[in-house]
Amino acid sequence: MTELKTETITINMGPQHPSTHGVFRLILTLDGETVVDVEPVVGYLHRNHEKIGEKNNWIQNTPFTDRLDYISPMSNEFAYVLAVEKLAEIEPPERAKYIRIIMVELNRIVNHMIAVGFLLNELGCFFTPMFYCLRWRELVVDLYEMTAGSRMMPNYFWIGGVSADLPEKFLPECKEFVDAVPGFIDELERLLTDNEILQMRCRNVGVLPPDVAVEYGCTGPLLRASGVPYDIRKAEPYSIYDRFDFDIAAGTVGDVLDRYLVRIAEMRQSAKIVEQALRDLPEGETATPKKRKFRPPEGDVYHRIEAPKGELGFYLVSDGSENPYRYKIRAPSFVNLQSLPYMCRGHKIADVVIIIGSIDITMGEVDR
Amino acid sequence: MTAKETFDRLAAKFPQFPLGYLEGKDTAILVKGENLVGLAQHMRDDEEYDYCSSITGVDYPDRFEVVYHLYSTKKEGGPVILKVHAERENPMLPSVVSIWPTANWQEREVWDLMGIRFSGHPNLTRILMWEGFEGHPLRKDFPGSEDEYIFG
Amino acid sequence: MTQEDTVPPELKRNVFIAPVDWIYNLGRAASVWPVMFGVACCAFEMIVTVTSRFDLARFGMEFLRASPRQSELMIVSGTVTKKMAPQVVRLYDQMPEPKYVLAMGACAISGGPFKDGYNVVPGVDKLLPVNVYVPGCPPRPESLLDAILKLHKQIRAETIRTSPWYRKDADREIPVPEYGPRGLVLPKGDKS
Ligand code: SF4
Repeated sequence: MTELKTETITINMGPQHPSTHGVFRLILTLDGETVVDVEPVVGYLHRNHEKIGEKNNWIQNTPFTDRLDYISPMSNEFAYVLAVEKLAEIEPPERAKYIRIIMVELNRIVNHMIAVGFLLNELGCFFTPMFYCLRWRELVVDLYEMTAGSRMMPNYFWIGGVSADLPEKFLPECKEFVDAVPGFIDELERLLTDNEILQMRCRNVGVLPPDVAVEYGCTGPLLRASGVPYDIRKAEPYSIYDRFDFDIAAGTVGDVLDRYLVRIAEMRQSAKIVEQALRDLPEGETATPKKRKFRPPEGDVYHRIEAPKGELGFYLVSDGSENPYRYKIRAPSFVNLQSLPYMCRGHKIADVVIIIGSIDITMGEVDR
Repeated sequence: MTAKETFDRLAAKFPQFPLGYLEGKDTAILVKGENLVGLAQHMRDDEEYDYCSSITGVDYPDRFEVVYHLYSTKKEGGPVILKVHAERENPMLPSVVSIWPTANWQEREVWDLMGIRFSGHPNLTRILMWEGFEGHPLRKDFPGSEDEYIFG
Repeated sequence: MTQEDTVPPELKRNVFIAPVDWIYNLGRAASVWPVMFGVACCAFEMIVTVTSRFDLARFGMEFLRASPRQSELMIVSGTVTKKMAPQVVRLYDQMPEPKYVLAMGACAISGGPFKDGYNVVPGVDKLLPVNVYVPGCPPRPESLLDAILKLHKQIRAETIRTSPWYRKDADREIPVPEYGPRGLVLPKGDKS
């Protein structure tokens, strides 16, 4: 009997595809249903942030950072203002620091919630879990709207503080929200974590061993799920993270299920941080006096934070003028996405979609 | 450990690579292009700097500069920043993809937007713009693009 | 001709006479299906509009369609880059007639904050005919709902006699731009 001849085929997925999280293309080489290789093609949302950032002045750049990872705008602003503050040696007032932490951690909850919702979407559980998760996003978005005036693009962090003090109703509503988060996560876990379908489709899919994860420069939940407890909030505490008590969640296997569990655990930790910050929130000023013309001294800095998706860094070069000389964004999604081919090889084509969902990318940030 | 101490230790440890000390907000180490891969190899294997966070190209009036931010996931300590200069005409540097695979896309991005070539890169093609685009947009002298298709 | 003189008295309660246009448009306006095509940040507000809080399903748009061939409305939700432009035009060409385009957000209208970018198309109306513009960065879900109601109004005002897509010589296909060395170029072999 002669052996059947097999041939690999190449198919194209995207850039418009319902499960690619935006405009992003994959070139898949398949042997039957099995993935032989994946080549991601990015750049479909390349909006020239870095070039426009050089034309804008330092203050104008903050709203642009909102549009990088549009699911977690506050974190982007946080990274940028911290980098500029490091460059210009500005110290924001205490109250502003606490407000920033509250906002950023609320953002982390939202981001992970959306990541979990989308993952379930990709597992074929269309929209119902996501509607549950988005309901909680709406609550946070209402808090943002109340403070900053915009649901999605708050432009709330300023160089040297925050743009406005918290409104009166913020504290009780935020408290109510944070108190409700653990209950909601329990509900979500009851619904999902022991669900057999979720277990079967996520266990041992897209395994990323720890050494490979570090080699590929992965950060955030992706790295921690592989069992490397590396969190910049602990490894190199910035702002006032050293004052809070929280744990780093880490996985063991590094598969899709671990990433899901790490996100769930991180939401609980974030809620804990917000609670502590609300408790310790001091009275006082929320911004240093603002200057209309802002000129930081010459020099270059790199500042990174633990954004919900991983390490978000800004490398800024100043030549002493009103505009940055170089404005580079080190985006977590962009770097994390590199590990996709490694994780997909040998799996079935349906798993590719789940693996993309588990990395948690935003195209605005991948392509900048 | 302060950055100065790190520098002194590295300079003593690797006498074969002449290093420059760049004072600044973030202290950096200046490396010659031809020594980059050798030093990077040592940094990863002997010094545990296993995580290359970001690779950035900067266009200065007299030179191109590529900045590497290295961290360690195993030990404490801030970044070690390596800076490498490339000349303005036909800038070319050795690639560090063999040492940190994460450099793959980042070097492609530097090539795409800044036009610095990396020798030894497995697949140095444009990543954000399309193949066939002329010029490197993040250079200061990039003329801007024109469309035939879009009017007004 | 009125209902009185054509309909026998026993059917008066059951038969309803209206212009063809009216019936035709009523059906179409109540079931505009958008294609699930998220481009950038605005896409997120579009998704939120579908969720239970804003409930797009009230207006007959049950679900975002995954394929352009099953949809008649394209919500361009975000920045269209030059790298993406050929795909956007191709998607539009794949949609069956009648088709509508809704430009959501400052970016889709004019390039928005990224207007100066070397890779940004300054407004999707440079590529496609746009029916409704929704300003905002991003527009709130309510304004998207309002825009959809405006679109319904437009659809109701159409008449079957002059609809361009029923004409014999109708050629609504848009030439797909190609990548050139400095930006988008006209497709080769195009007469214009
Ligand atoms: S209009 Fe604003 S929110 Fe919408 S895509 Fe453009 S930048 Fe993003």
